[in-house]
Amino acid sequence: MTTNGMLQLFVYLAALVVLAKPLGAFMARVFQREKTFLDPLFGPVERLIYRFAKINPDEEMDWKQNAVAFLLFNFVGLIVVYALQRLQQFLPLNPQGLGAVSPDSSFNTAVSFATNTNWQGYGGETTMSYLTQMLGMTVQNFVSAAGGMAVLALFIRGIARHSGKTLGNFWVDMTRSTLYILMPMAVVLALVLVSQGSVQNLSPYVSASLLQPTADTSGAKVTEQVIAMGPAASQIAIKQLGTNGGGFFNANSAHPLENPTPLTDFLEMFSILMIAAALCYTFGKMVGDTRQGWSLLAAMMIILVVALFVAYQAESRGNPKFNALGIDQFASAVNPGGNMEGKEVRFGVANSSLWATVTTAASNGSVNAMHDSFTPMGGLVTLVMMQLGEVVFGGVGSGLYGMLVFVIVAVFVAGLLVGRTPEYLGHKIEAYEMKMASLLILIMPLTVLLLTALAVVSQAGTGSISNPGPHGFSEILYAFTSQGNNNGSAFAGLNANTPFYNITGGLAMLISRYWLAVPTLALAGSLVRKKLIPVSEGTLPTHTPLFVFWLIAVVLIVGALNFFPALALGPIVEHLMMMQ
Amino acid sequence: MFLKSTRTAIITIALFTLITGVIYPLIVTGVAQVVFPEKANGSLLKKDGRVIGSELIGQPFSDSKYFWSRLSATSPFAYNAASSTGSNYGPLNPALLDGAKKRIQDLRAADTSNMQPIPVDLVTASGSGLDPHVSVAAALYQVKRVARIRNLAVEQVRSLVEENTEGRQLGFLGEPRVNVLKLNLALDNIQSTREAK
Amino acid sequence: MTTQTIQDLKKPVGLTSGMYRRALVDSLMKLNPRWMARNPVMFVVEVGSVLTTALWIKALAGTGEAPAWYIGSVSLWLWFTVLFANFSEALAEGRGKAQADALRRSRRDTKAKLMSALRDRSKFNLISSTELKKGDLFLVETGDTIAADGEVIEGVASVDESAITGESAPVIRESGGDRSAVTGGTRVLSDWLVVRVTSEPGGGFLDRMIKLIEGAKRQKTPNEIALNILLAAFTIIFLVVCVTLLPYSIFSVTAVGQGTPVTITVLVALLVCLIPTTIGGLLSAIGIAGMDRMIRHNVIATSGRAIEAAGDVDVLLLDKTGTVTLGNRMATEFTPAPGISKERLADAAQLASLADETPEGRSIVVLAKEKYGLRGRDIHQISAQFVPFSAQTRMSGADIQSDGKNSRRIIRKGAADAIKNFIEQQGGVYPAQVLQIVQEISKMGATPLVVSENTEVLGVIHLKDIVKGGIKERFAHLRKMGIKTVMITGDNILTATAIAAEAGVDDFLAEAKPEDKLKLIRDYQKGGRLVAMTGDGTNDAPALAQADVAVAMNTGTQSAREAANMIDLDSNPTKLLEIVEIGKQLLMTRGTLTTFSIANDVAKYFAIIPAAFATTYPALNALNVMHLATPESAILSAVIFNALIIVALIPLALKGVKYRPISAVHLLRRHLLIYGVGGVIAPFAGIKLIDMLLKGMNLS
Repeated sequence: MTTNGMLQLFVYLAALVVLAKPLGAFMARVFQREKTFLDPLFGPVERLIYRFAKINPDEEMDWKQNAVAFLLFNFVGLIVVYALQRLQQFLPLNPQGLGAVSPDSSFNTAVSFATNTNWQGYGGETTMSYLTQMLGMTVQNFVSAAGGMAVLALFIRGIARHSGKTLGNFWVDMTRSTLYILMPMAVVLALVLVSQGSVQNLSPYVSASLLQPTADTSGAKVTEQVIAMGPAASQIAIKQLGTNGGGFFNANSAHPLENPTPLTDFLEMFSILMIAAALCYTFGKMVGDTRQGWSLLAAMMIILVVALFVAYQAESRGNPKFNALGIDQFASAVNPGGNMEGKEVRFGVANSSLWATVTTAASNGSVNAMHDSFTPMGGLVTLVMMQLGEVVFGGVGSGLYGMLVFVIVAVFVAGLLVGRTPEYLGHKIEAYEMKMASLLILIMPLTVLLLTALAVVSQAGTGSISNPGPHGFSEILYAFTSQGNNNGSAFAGLNANTPFYNITGGLAMLISRYWLAVPTLALAGSLVRKKLIPVSEGTLPTHTPLFVFWLIAVVLIVGALNFFPALALGPIVEHLMMMQ
Repeated sequence: MFLKSTRTAIITIALFTLITGVIYPLIVTGVAQVVFPEKANGSLLKKDGRVIGSELIGQPFSDSKYFWSRLSATSPFAYNAASSTGSNYGPLNPALLDGAKKRIQDLRAADTSNMQPIPVDLVTASGSGLDPHVSVAAALYQVKRVARIRNLAVEQVRSLVEENTEGRQLGFLGEPRVNVLKLNLALDNIQSTREAK
Repeated sequence: MTTQTIQDLKKPVGLTSGMYRRALVDSLMKLNPRWMARNPVMFVVEVGSVLTTALWIKALAGTGEAPAWYIGSVSLWLWFTVLFANFSEALAEGRGKAQADALRRSRRDTKAKLMSALRDRSKFNLISSTELKKGDLFLVETGDTIAADGEVIEGVASVDESAITGESAPVIRESGGDRSAVTGGTRVLSDWLVVRVTSEPGGGFLDRMIKLIEGAKRQKTPNEIALNILLAAFTIIFLVVCVTLLPYSIFSVTAVGQGTPVTITVLVALLVCLIPTTIGGLLSAIGIAGMDRMIRHNVIATSGRAIEAAGDVDVLLLDKTGTVTLGNRMATEFTPAPGISKERLADAAQLASLADETPEGRSIVVLAKEKYGLRGRDIHQISAQFVPFSAQTRMSGADIQSDGKNSRRIIRKGAADAIKNFIEQQGGVYPAQVLQIVQEISKMGATPLVVSENTEVLGVIHLKDIVKGGIKERFAHLRKMGIKTVMITGDNILTATAIAAEAGVDDFLAEAKPEDKLKLIRDYQKGGRLVAMTGDGTNDAPALAQADVAVAMNTGTQSAREAANMIDLDSNPTKLLEIVEIGKQLLMTRGTLTTFSIANDVAKYFAIIPAAFATTYPALNALNVMHLATPESAILSAVIFNALIIVALIPLALKGVKYRPISAVHLLRRHLLIYGVGGVIAPFAGIKLIDMLLKGMNLS
């Protein structure tokens, strides 16, 4: 760990906190349909959408109507992405003449992008036409993120309102999230990325002659290098902002044309957490007590910082097996040092560790270094961050509503501890809420653990492993952890583009997105009916450091306890073996 | 409820496909092509109108007269820019150690006099398999070899390394690094100007 | 017949050896899977016990997955885990059962004189009280025990209700009005009554109490249901965690090519250690013990829900008299109106109070006698008709017929505004000076009673309220807990203000009429508050029915007792404070043990995981931070600890976590420290200790 490395981490974290308030306040205005400075630009577009789609923006809907809208919208989107992949060879904007994607892979990818997971079983530049990338991937990058934000907005209203029935209008929240929040930021970010060297064109791949010809694995002489092109910057911008993470190219944000410089790296990383962090403030603003938002952000931040420190420390120490070979892993002014396998020199260990922690904290899943090649402890951090249920920032919208479910569990137990029926922001937490909350924390570990179990004992599952020993187990565990939490990053050594993984993974993604979103809305539908319980001395405040600490403990205990045995057989034992 | 919502869903998807899938990327492409045409098209390096690579994409080097890039796990050959990938070797994977050992052997064979510890980035593969950079340490490690084979003064090669070193962006972002392709092109350039003389 | 009464409940029932024996037997009876299925956590343990027993038998036959002694020991301790949990529940029920049995015995022994016709009291059939049906008429005569709850149809009798109230003075029961309700189990001392049964067989007050005490009708309370859901979720997750470990282990063995897959025995042991058995095993006992604590405070709650709600109460409505102040206000002074002699005032005050049996009334007579030498007069001699106090007029007094010498006198005493209205209605003038006197007295926190004769105001009686000792501190505690105290009084605002200040209540409702009370409750509830109150009169019934926690005094009327969800046998209005504490204790005990239970899992992982995979991954022994001797002893120690901790915590479950009047934040910090952090640390020490013992005994 170097001083400069720590400085980069500090600047990053500080920037997140600083921006949370202005951006959060702006988003609150968007959700509350107040005037914003973007109205002149997007107001007409918004009204046009309502007119064409026959949406009455003033119509309030209850949780069931909203859930139906959310599900149908996702279902239609999923079909579009599936169809685009299956038919891309007949469609325009396919300069490389890429063929149809296999049915199982198309299914997996369609689910992946509709669920805001963006797991990629395929390599972008060798599989998807520009049209598929634009109409399929880019569109879903926007709307799946906006869908998550809309569900959050509905959920927040469930908490902000009392003795009511309706939560707002999914269509309106989704439209406004896209137009006023995601779109303007994506345009700006995309252009900054291009200015640094991210490609943005519709040209065919470029052929360059190599300075020194080389040979391929069969020994044939290679004199040309084909450089993949495409409308990458526009897609990268939204993939980070919307915590999607699906790369335009196979190497994702490690690819120099996706992420050419340390500045783009910083901005992309920042975009990953920016909205999720600011939504905490939005939450506080909308429930009328910004301290509530800050305390959630504090809980997330503390977990993030600790995880970051562990990952950075582990990656900086490098691979002990290298020491005997006379390899210099020690960081210095001229040598980034540490574990450089799978990492880019321009980012070094600090930015790679930061990215890995951030992308798994958020359900982003884009990578600027290969997680499969991380040290066991570094890999452990990425696994744990996802296994906490993607609530430490998490997906835009989905992360915060996930965290609020943990808050409800924390409030419940804390309420019992102080001898009072638990309440959160004036809502009494009763059996129905606990039923939904239990369901929500139950589904994810069950999905991940059971599918991992299925994979490790089946030929179809173990056949895809690329690393021996416990690391192979980690690869499978990672695959289902990632998909079961709508993250999308991978221990990419695992060959997941097989019917087995495409189908099981697709199921995991569907379950984790929809099985969670629907009970979440049901929970909101129940909370919104509750009578307001006024705050009294006996009310347990949920904005104190003590409560933040308790919330962190609940998140960690629920996450860590479920996965400890599995982690012991993967990264933990690998770490111990490496240290021997 | 279902019928109405289904219709709304289909229309909104269509509208958002138009807005975010067509208008948005086309606007960004249009602006990018006008304002940053060179960057938007891959920061290509050209010589005599022929594309000889991209500033941002590394190339494989094994000739002792060139600075070597990092290892690359792309297939079917290293630095295949149409199929980016990392090795995805875990830290205990024997293949990782074998690859490093092989690289060390090659480096030592190319310059038997150099017994310095080898900077780690030179024996590991990058995540993209297309890393255009090596660390400054990795470049400095190779200076003597390149200078000897090219019959150049060590100082001259060293200063060429310095010229092709990119510092930390804004003074603190990222790591100092050397662009291998540009460095090697600069080396060839010196050689050819000298030969021309 | 032994008059086995609820009086006996007041005697703290110690845990006798007989109770332990009975609990032991019961805990075996409860192994019935149908009974166990009610508790998902412990049901899983039972299934695990059966499974390991089967594995043990297999091992005895020589084809086991591990040595028979080892599987056998694990299995044995799993059975102990189930039994310990059952034992805790049985023990908690035991106390109640002993009490209930005694009550039931008396119930069975009572005979009823069933009447066929109302008019003829000589014709009746002697039947057992348990055969009475709702609507039946029965006769009770001198010396009889009333066989069932009912309403007096005919007759007047003095009844000894000490069986229920503990009050030795007999009470009059007669048909019609507030005094028509009789309770089964009480005894007629003189005269006779015809009673119509008002409760279904087994639904009477006594029956309900028996059931409540027994816990037979115990329904899960809302918080308990919510907690059960959470515990079930944990159980399901850990079940999957353990089940999936088998394939993970099989894979690992293949991947590294050494060792054997984890045994079923170890997986079952791990599962039992991980699922929240501590709270799961004690949950039922905690609930029963909470009910039991209420009973020992002489409060009968009609449902566990009410006890739980008591812990959540935000607002306590307290009647001033008897709760905030000592019941009897004392007359201390007569202040005559201008132009009236003190003697005349004293005379009128005495006349107005002669028939007034309230302590206040008596104190007026006493004061008149002591200070002015006025002796008590015989009511009948002076041909006076007494006007009793009513909540509507808020006056009492006497009408004395003219006897030739004197003209007709209408003497009234009452609240200042009531008298003012009364005087003015009759065209009298209410002097300003009296207004002033009244205000001065009120400001001092005393109660002014204005005395009038015909249309003339004679003066003011100074009634002094005495605030109970220590009550101010209790209210301060309540405030810290976030509970608001509201004093309800019929006094005027000035008096109420002074007493409220002296007693330290947060708010008060002055000049309150019964309907004001109801309105106040509704207002608070509309604002989302939970309201508790006590009451005794029939006119309290609507408010009691409305309140979330309603405590009826046992001396109160039948309707009040039916509207309430708790009955205080001591008829002590201050009891409300204890009820709140017991409610909070109940929730806290559940919360702390849940936290403790889950926190324990950390240490158990460190004990079991390295042991379970010792053959495949020896490197995992680095996680064996407790340095447990062998894999077998590690797993056995964790299982034994898990079983013993249930036993160790039974006293806490039964006694409840000690209640402390501190703010929510402080309470949370304290409990997280003790049961959260402590829950993480304790098992490390405990498991290590057991391991050392096992090692010492060469058991591993």
